[in-house]
Amino acid sequence: MRCAVPVREIVLDGAADHDLTQIGAYREVGGYASLDKARGMEPDAVLEEILAANIRGRGGAGFPMGKKASFLAKDTGKPVYLVVNADESEPGTFKDREIMHRVPHRLLEGCLITAHAIESQNVFIYIRGEYLAEFEVLRAALDQVREAALLGGVTVVLHRGAGAYICGEETALLESLEGKRGQPRSKPPFPAVQGLYASPSLINNVETITTVPKIIELGGAEYAKLGLPNSTGTRVFSLSGNVVRGGNYELPLGTSLRELIYDIGGGIPDGRELKAIIPGGSSVPVLTAEHVDALLDFDSMAALKTFLGSGAVIVIDDRCCMVQLGLRVAQFYMHESCGKCTPCREGTRWLVQILEKIEDGRAERSELDLLLSVCAEMLGTALCPLADAAAMPVASYVEQFRDDFRRHIDEGECPFPDSPLDHVLAPVDQHRGEHVHA
Amino acid sequence: MTAVENPSDFRRMVQEIAGQYPDPRSAVLPALRLAQERDGYLTREGFCDVADALDLTPAYCEGVASFYDMFHLEPVGGQLVEVCTNVSCALVGAQQVLEAFESELGVRAGGTTDDGAVTLRAIECAGGCGWGTVVAVNHRYREPVRPEDVPAIVDEVRGAG
Ligand SMILES: Cc1cc2nc3c(=O)[nH]c(=O)nc-3n(C[C@H](O)[C@H](O)[C@H](O)COP(=O)(O)O)c2cc1C
Ligand code: SF4
Ligand code: FES
Repeated sequence: MRCAVPVREIVLDGAADHDLTQIGAYREVGGYASLDKARGMEPDAVLEEILAANIRGRGGAGFPMGKKASFLAKDTGKPVYLVVNADESEPGTFKDREIMHRVPHRLLEGCLITAHAIESQNVFIYIRGEYLAEFEVLRAALDQVREAALLGGVTVVLHRGAGAYICGEETALLESLEGKRGQPRSKPPFPAVQGLYASPSLINNVETITTVPKIIELGGAEYAKLGLPNSTGTRVFSLSGNVVRGGNYELPLGTSLRELIYDIGGGIPDGRELKAIIPGGSSVPVLTAEHVDALLDFDSMAALKTFLGSGAVIVIDDRCCMVQLGLRVAQFYMHESCGKCTPCREGTRWLVQILEKIEDGRAERSELDLLLSVCAEMLGTALCPLADAAAMPVASYVEQFRDDFRRHIDEGECPFPDSPLDHVLAPVDQHRGEHVHA
Repeated sequence: MTAVENPSDFRRMVQEIAGQYPDPRSAVLPALRLAQERDGYLTREGFCDVADALDLTPAYCEGVASFYDMFHLEPVGGQLVEVCTNVSCALVGAQQVLEAFESELGVRAGGTTDDGAVTLRAIECAGGCGWGTVVAVNHRYREPVRPEDVPAIVDEVRGAG
């Protein structure tokens, strides 16, 4: 029996029972009906539904989609562009990949509806370069849409990236799409005013756009009843790390970490204990096992001074050394810093150096304060949020697990002999001849 | 991959791609990818061809290419094995998987086997974290990979090379 309003699956609805990569199968489950419906409505009326749905961006920042679309500069004489952020590379996150793989038509339908709502004729999907299989699925789906004459004069260009985490940041993405190095721009001007080729542009995440067809099908107000009032709808949570059943799970916002990790994910393997949870991708502050009953929604996470981010929940068991975690995370951000501004370029390097020293048992207690002061210097001082994304988690590991750090200093060595992150080789180290930390 | 026979073919293909964009410069990444597929890595000639096709300079193209991890500025093996060692994969044993590849292939991560056939490298999060450890062979994902799966993958890669 089917409920009038699906309780859970919106984005991935139908994908479990049908091969929705084929346009015929997608149409059988009601696909492209929302596009017809939307095209029968005035653009502003479509936007009203998106506003009423109160859907917040699924890429990381959680900004309401409708509001962002309403900021688009009007009557500039320039074209308006829709840019879909499919550059997914936040560590822990693999939902957009599955969405593109399993419901490519829903993404394309979302693009065409959104293009209608903002009166755009040009859609660019910037897809992570490594996602070769997903690119092929999407390209095949786009060919089917073209053959079915559903484009309605809109051009959709699939643009492949070439391996750079920073290109997920929206202005770096625009630079990259313009054929440049992917270095972020300073804001303002915001993309809604001067985005791609200095034209008004709406940039949204894959999951955000893939939700749009269901918003039109159900109506914005009906969609808004899913989840919680300030965190409406569902999210495709990426569950990974030390958990029995990792994978993507679409759940209403407001589901608890406990339900996700234990009821759905099967808990921690091999009878080990939960130590820490990263609730929104590697860029966000960590939670401890105590927080396992917290709800996965924007406000609950903010109350715990962390973020829902990209919806990537990384589960960490009691073998893990939090200094090593900090080091591995800092190495990632150092590798990915575009080098444009000093606090980030220098700061990420400092974090790595201090954390290496702590991990090796060569640091003094004062260096823990130094580590925190470097984090503090990086916060809010750089051009784009990557510097914060490096500093916030590292500072949180110290704050939440200070004892892990102290013990390295006091005992002169790492007290976690079984930590899986011990001497893990980071790409940033592999071209230095001798692997530095090996 | 796509066979690009001669310079004028290359030029035509790049310009066709460029025609999709309001500004042809947007075709730099796809054009560099074509050049790399043709030559195995990005050579001086490749940069010149991309530059010619898009009315840019070779130095500009090289500057762009050097920003992105998927472009090779030096020769690499025809077979590329990449092991994710970011947090989620590391938590489930990525280092052991990487070491298994190092010993099976007889090469350190970041290097190419002596016969030039296979390049092994550690990479940042590949986007398959819940199915770790993620390994990509010529950008086709294998997940999850455990150390005991490595010999068979190496045999396959060796056979293909
Ligand atoms: C360093 C950095 C990396 C980011 N990576 C991504 C990404 O891979 N995918 C994504 O959708 N958003 C990413 N974002 C967020 C984008 O800048 C932007 O907020 C988002 O694409 C907007 O879409 P949404 O409102 O639908 O979430 C990143 C931001 C930063 C600062
Ligand atoms: S904060 Fe870092 S990544 Fe962002 S612009 Fe500055 S240097 Fe580049
Ligand atoms: S951490 Fe390995 S795929 Fe994401």
